[in-house]
Amino acid sequence: MIGALLARREVGLIVMIALVALVVGLIEPRFLTAETLRIVTLAIPLILVAAMGQMMVILARHVDLSIGAILGFAAIVAGMIFRDMPQLPTIVGVLAAIACGAVLGLANGLVVTTFNLPSIIVTLGTLSLYRGLVFLVSGSKQVDPQFIPRGLISMSQTSPIFGIPWIVLIAFAIALATWAFLGYTRTGRQIYAIGSNPVAAPLRSIRVTPVTLFVFTLSGALAGVAGVMYAARFGYVNPGITGVGFEFIVIAAVVVGGVSINGGVGSVLGVTLGVIFLGMVNVALPILGVSAFWQSAIYGAVILLALVVDRTVRIRGAAALTLSRGTA
Amino acid sequence: MTDASLPAPGVQNAAPARPRWQVLLVRPETGTLLLLVGAIIVAANLSPFFSDLRFILESSTYYMEFGLVALVLTLVIISGEIDLSPAAMMALSACVFASLFQAGLPIGLAMVAGVATGAALGAFNGFLVVVLQLPSIIATIGTLTLFRGLSQVLAGDRSISGFPAWFMGIDWRTVGIVPYPVIGFTLAALALAVLLGMTVWGRQIYQIGVSEIAARHAGVRVRRIKFGLFVAMGVTSALAGLLTASRLASVRYDMATGGELQMVLMVMLGGTYIFGGRGGVLGTFLAAWLLVIIATGMNVANIVVTSQLVVMGLLLIGSIIATNAIYARTQR
Repeated sequence: MIGALLARREVGLIVMIALVALVVGLIEPRFLTAETLRIVTLAIPLILVAAMGQMMVILARHVDLSIGAILGFAAIVAGMIFRDMPQLPTIVGVLAAIACGAVLGLANGLVVTTFNLPSIIVTLGTLSLYRGLVFLVSGSKQVDPQFIPRGLISMSQTSPIFGIPWIVLIAFAIALATWAFLGYTRTGRQIYAIGSNPVAAPLRSIRVTPVTLFVFTLSGALAGVAGVMYAARFGYVNPGITGVGFEFIVIAAVVVGGVSINGGVGSVLGVTLGVIFLGMVNVALPILGVSAFWQSAIYGAVILLALVVDRTVRIRGAAALTLSRGTA
Repeated sequence: MTDASLPAPGVQNAAPARPRWQVLLVRPETGTLLLLVGAIIVAANLSPFFSDLRFILESSTYYMEFGLVALVLTLVIISGEIDLSPAAMMALSACVFASLFQAGLPIGLAMVAGVATGAALGAFNGFLVVVLQLPSIIATIGTLTLFRGLSQVLAGDRSISGFPAWFMGIDWRTVGIVPYPVIGFTLAALALAVLLGMTVWGRQIYQIGVSEIAARHAGVRVRRIKFGLFVAMGVTSALAGLLTASRLASVRYDMATGGELQMVLMVMLGGTYIFGGRGGVLGTFLAAWLLVIIATGMNVANIVVTSQLVVMGLLLIGSIIATNAIYARTQR
C-alpha cells in the first residue's frame, strides 16, 4: 500500500517541491515567506492553463509545438481589439483571442489527422507560420500598456478571496474543469484510450479523428486564454517576444508532471504539481543568486530527466505485466 | 499512425511494373527540381538581379550553413530518427569556441575545442536515443532547450567578437565567383551522396529506416550506425556554427535560433520521407538552393523577414504532405 503510494508520480513531486522549499529556505530564509508564495502563484497561471491543453494533446500521443505562437497570436488580436476598438467591452477581445486560439489549434489538428503526419513536425511548421501571422496582423507593432483595459490588468492584482489574484483562481478553475472532463466524460476517457493504443481505439468504435481534432482545438483555445492572461499579467503585447519559447516551458511542466510522452498516462494533479515545481525553481534561482540565464538549461534538463524516468517506469511496468500474465 | 496506408497485397502484386519514365518522373526529387526551375524563372522575371549568378551565390551563404547540417540530417531522417537540436548545437559549440578564444586560447585550438564540443553534444544525443532508447523526436526537443540554455549560461547576453581578420568573412572569400561555403556545401553533398548511395554503410542506413528489426536480424550494427549519425550531426553543426561566427564576426547565444525549422524544411522539401527509409542527399541539395532562391526572391521583393516565417511554415507543411502523397502512390 505504502509502496504503491510512493510509486505515484504525484507523491514524488510533492516530496520534490517540499525539498526545494526546505533546501532553499535553509540557505536563504527569505524564501519561506508569503511573498514567495505570491510570486510563485503569479508565475504559474499562464503555464498551468496552457499545460492543461498540452497535457491532453500529449495524452492523445501527439505534441503541439505551436502553442507559444498561438499564445502570441491570441494576445496580439486581443491587444489590437483593445487598442483600435476601445468602445467595445473587454470581453469581446477576450473571446476573440480564445476563438483565434481555437481556430489555429483546429488547423493543426486538421493537417495532422487528414494527412496522418507526425504532429511535432506539423506544429514545427505552424509554429513558424503562426508567428509570421502575428507579425503580419500586427504590422510588427507592439500593443502598449496604456491600451490594455484597466479591468483586465487588475485581474492579476485584485482578489475576491484570501488575497489570491483572479487569474490564479481562473487558472485553477480551468485545471479543475480539465480534471472533471478527463476523468468523468466519455470524450475525456477516449483521449486516454487513443493515446494508450491508437490501433485498438478505433476497433472499440472510438472516433479517433473527431476526438483528436477536439484535443488540438482545446489546446489552441487554452493557449488563447493564456494569451489574454499574458496581456493581463504583463500589460503589453509584443509580436516578437510574447510567447516565444513558451512551448518548451509548458512541455517541461507536463512531462515532469508525469504525463508519458507515449500517450495515455498522466493526471491533472501531476501536471499541476509539475507546474508548481517549475514555478518554485524559477523563483528560487534568483534568491539563491543563480543567474536567470540558467532557466532554459534547467527546463531542458528537466524534460530529459522526466523522459528517462518515464521510460524506466514503463519498462518496469511492462516487465511486471509480462510476469503476471506469463506471456512474452 | 502510419498503418493507414497498408497496401492490399493481391492488388499490388497484380499490378504491372510501372514504366521507367514514370518511376523517374514521380519522384520527390523531380518535384524539387521542377520547383527550383520554376522559382528561378519567377524570380528572374521579378528582378534582373536573378539573371546574375554572382548575386545568387553571394546571397546564398546564409543558407549554406543550414544546408550543410541538413545534408547530414537527411541521413538521420532516412535512418528513421530525427534531430531537432542542431541549431542549438551550432550556438553552444560556437559559444564554447568564442569563450575559449576570449579566455586567451589560440584561435586554432579554440576552433578544435568548438568542434569537439559539437561531437560531445552529438554523442549525448546519441546516448539518449541509442542507449537510453528515448524517442529522438522528443529527446532532441529536450536537448534543444538544454543546449540553447547552456549557450546562454556561457555567453550571457553579450556578443563575443574580436576574432583575427583571417577568421572572419569566410562568406566573402571566393574561388572565381563561388564563395567558400558554397564549395564546402557542394563537396559535402557529393561526398554524402556517394556514401549514401554507393557504400554498404549507406545502404544499411536505408535498411535501418525501412525496418530496424529486419536490419538488426540482417547483422546491421544499428546502434553503432545511429550513434555515429548523431555524432556526425554534432560535428557538422559545430562546423556550421564556426561558419556563422566567421560570417557575422561575432557569437551570441541566440545564433541560428529557429534554424531547426529551416534544416528540417530542406530535408522535407528535398523529398526525404519523414518516417524514414526513403529519400536522398540530392533532394536536400536541390531544396537548399530552392530556399536560397525563395528567400532571396522575397528579400528582393521587399517582403520583410518576419513575413517570410509564414512562407517557411507553409512550405514545410506543404512539402511533407506532397512527399507523403508521392510515396503513398509509389508504394510497392
